[in-house]
Amino acid sequence: MALTLSADARMVRDTAMDFFREKSPVTELRRLRDTNDADGFSRRLWREMAELGWTGFLVPEEHGGSGFGMVGLAQVMEAAGRTLAASPLLGTALIGASALDLAGNAEQKDAHLPGLVAGETVFALALEEGPHHAPHRIATAARQEDGGWVLSGEKRFVLDGHVADVLIVAARTSGAATDRAGVTLFLAPGDAPGVACTRSIMADSRNAARIRFDAVRLGPEAVLGRVDAGADVLEAVLDRARAGLAAEMLGSAEECFERTVQYLKDRRQFGVPIGSFQALKHRAARMFCELETTRSAVLAANAALDARANDAAALVSLAKAKANETLHLVGNEGVQMHGGIGMTDEHEIGFFMKRARVAEATFGTAAFHRDRYAALNGY
Amino acid sequence: MADLDRFRAETRAWLEANCPASMRTPMPDEEIVWGGRKPVFQHPDQKLWLDRMAAKGWTAPTWPARYGGGGLTEPEAAVLEEEMRALGCRPPLRSFGLTMLGPVLLEYGNEEQRQEHLPKIVRGEIRWCQGYSEPGAGSDLAGLQTRAVLQGEHYLVNGHKIWTSYAHYADWIFALVRTDPTVRKHDGISFLLIDMASPGVRARPIRLISGASVFCETFFENVQVPAANLVGEPNKGWTIAKRLLEHERKSIGGIGDRAKPTRTPESVAKELAGEADGRIADPVLRDAVARFNIDNAAFQLTRRRAQEMAEAGEPPGPLSAMFKYYGTELNKRRYELMVGAAGTEGLGWEGEDFDPAALKTTREWLRSKANSIEGGTSEVQLNIIAKRVLGLPD
Ligand SMILES: Cc1cc2nc3c(=O)[nH]c(=O)nc-3n(C[C@H](O)[C@H](O)[C@H](O)COP(=O)(O)OP(=O)(O)OC[C@H]3O[C@@H](n4cnc5c(N)ncnc54)[C@H](O)[C@@H]3O)c2cc1C
Repeated sequence: MALTLSADARMVRDTAMDFFREKSPVTELRRLRDTNDADGFSRRLWREMAELGWTGFLVPEEHGGSGFGMVGLAQVMEAAGRTLAASPLLGTALIGASALDLAGNAEQKDAHLPGLVAGETVFALALEEGPHHAPHRIATAARQEDGGWVLSGEKRFVLDGHVADVLIVAARTSGAATDRAGVTLFLAPGDAPGVACTRSIMADSRNAARIRFDAVRLGPEAVLGRVDAGADVLEAVLDRARAGLAAEMLGSAEECFERTVQYLKDRRQFGVPIGSFQALKHRAARMFCELETTRSAVLAANAALDARANDAAALVSLAKAKANETLHLVGNEGVQMHGGIGMTDEHEIGFFMKRARVAEATFGTAAFHRDRYAALNGY
Repeated sequence: MADLDRFRAETRAWLEANCPASMRTPMPDEEIVWGGRKPVFQHPDQKLWLDRMAAKGWTAPTWPARYGGGGLTEPEAAVLEEEMRALGCRPPLRSFGLTMLGPVLLEYGNEEQRQEHLPKIVRGEIRWCQGYSEPGAGSDLAGLQTRAVLQGEHYLVNGHKIWTSYAHYADWIFALVRTDPTVRKHDGISFLLIDMASPGVRARPIRLISGASVFCETFFENVQVPAANLVGEPNKGWTIAKRLLEHERKSIGGIGDRAKPTRTPESVAKELAGEADGRIADPVLRDAVARFNIDNAAFQLTRRRAQEMAEAGEPPGPLSAMFKYYGTELNKRRYELMVGAAGTEGLGWEGEDFDPAALKTTREWLRSKANSIEGGTSEVQLNIIAKRVLGLPD
């Protein structure tokens, strides 16, 4: 398991960095926000991303992808994080592709993967029901009826929920509300009768939705994987999502940090650059250390997932915990070190702090992942 | 790659055949072999192991063979280290000669100096100490006052060093001395090698808060040192001094490396603070332990990443600047956690009432406080990162 990038991965990285800088700088996120864009992302750019092959990185070749893997996709995520680019990468290229790859049967793969790879079908994972990430706390129920299923319940913080063509719904088919067993994953059309979706406007100006399922009828073919055994697939899918998101967060943290260091050199007070003050220097130096250790953890987690290593889950929690803490720190310090200008909407540094907070809450806070890391390591 | 695989197989076979079983056990600090004119071995296997490794030059794997080193490439040296770790082989020798002086002699020493000193370091025949700090010159090292005046074929050295680790056991000292007091402070320093047996050298041990005496005050009173012992050019010693510090910081940064410590924050927490369902019972303590282990794992991955970059011939860039700071702060946190998790069992000083392992941890907790002071304080490391890596102005 290498901690340096292959030539191929480096090429992806360079392409992605250029792509986002040129086509989706932070001003693009601001535009989507200020115009109340109905989609919350640019479909044109999404199609271009698909043409670059990124939607197929987790899809095997026989289904039209490249199977290039997590390390490659992490390079794209990191580049997207640099410019806070809003796109279905996480929900579709990571979560949708992983769920189908890991649990889909032949018909489901044939039905969905071509559209996913082409950038035509958008996916969303309908999982959370409370304000904190809790993958097994599922009350949304699926009941068997007439050989099919009837789905009822409410999901919140569904990333890309209001634009999703296909919803991956985690529902309870047996057991009590917090049991690991008894969870089943379903594929449901976003526009199925009984699905009511309201968009949630989040602090980071990215897509999320609250979705009600009111006796939604699904056929037997809607079950993804095995009935009552969805938690294992869910965990594997979530680990890829967390590792990819950690890469995105690393990119955001690096960009925010570099902008802040530049400001320390440019801004003058007391007749000198503020970067000459030791109180700021030491904090900047500490952030540098945290960024470097986070970079190593993110690389290791993604490489471990590609290698299907035994400690992959622990490394993913390591990476997400580090990315959470580092982006939190760098986001907050970014605003503080910019002084008054950092508090303005006009300046971009605040966008990083707002994104930090939402990304942290997505798929597990640092505390969640520390607890999981401890459990996986026997304490 | 095939060559490297062959080297790995040969190395493993050699280690299996030559590393005595008793040298494949965890090494207590008291059994570290430091070498020197009067070496201390508790056990004949220690000497056997040292002699066998030294004969192959593997105490200094990457040094050129003509100076007694192993002549290995970086990737080969990494393989040797991995194989030693896999078999649990103890490092046969630890010394400031290996980690600090040797690398700068290879870079700045002349041929006679390398021929004279490097083979003895490889074989553990001479034990070196480091004469940098003075009472008035710590973080501001370049302010040092120990004088060396050239008189014919000799320098006459007078001055007072302090915090000199193991000076009372050392055979030689590499010292920073002022050879020109009239110029800017960095421009009047020279790097001088001094035999501690010379008349006028005296080392007085100082007791540490941990109770041990690992460092000394070292006095030089009209000590005559051959002019040939000056490394590099007169008054150009500061460059060498800084390079040596880089090597020192690299080795201190690896302080938390011990292969598999028997006592860890999680083991102490479970044993002495309570276990429930196989986990540390107190969620606050558990969180603190996980936080430490996560930071530590991310740091170890970062060191591995730097190593892989070096092996691939990529410049490690600014990465290594953080190792001393981060590694030592982590090591302090490790001991803070262990002592805290042990409660009053972690605060025993001596006697039958306490588990010897806990007593040792308490002393190590105190010793660990020096990690972020010795070799340049954490604050100084942060200054260096801010200046050299981030380019922040003075
Ligand atoms: C166990 C141990 C072993 C040692 N072994 C050796 C040895 O073998 N050889 C040797 O030569 N030396 C040795 N040292 C000495 C060590 O290198 C010095 O202690 C160290 O460089 C700090 O110098 P000082 O003690 O004079 O502290 P000071 O420099 O007086 O520092 C006091 C405090 O001020 C802070 N400070 C100082 N300057 C700045 C600044 N510019 N910005 C911000 N903060 C600053 C420091 O970080 C520190 O917190 C050893 C020290 C210890 C503890």
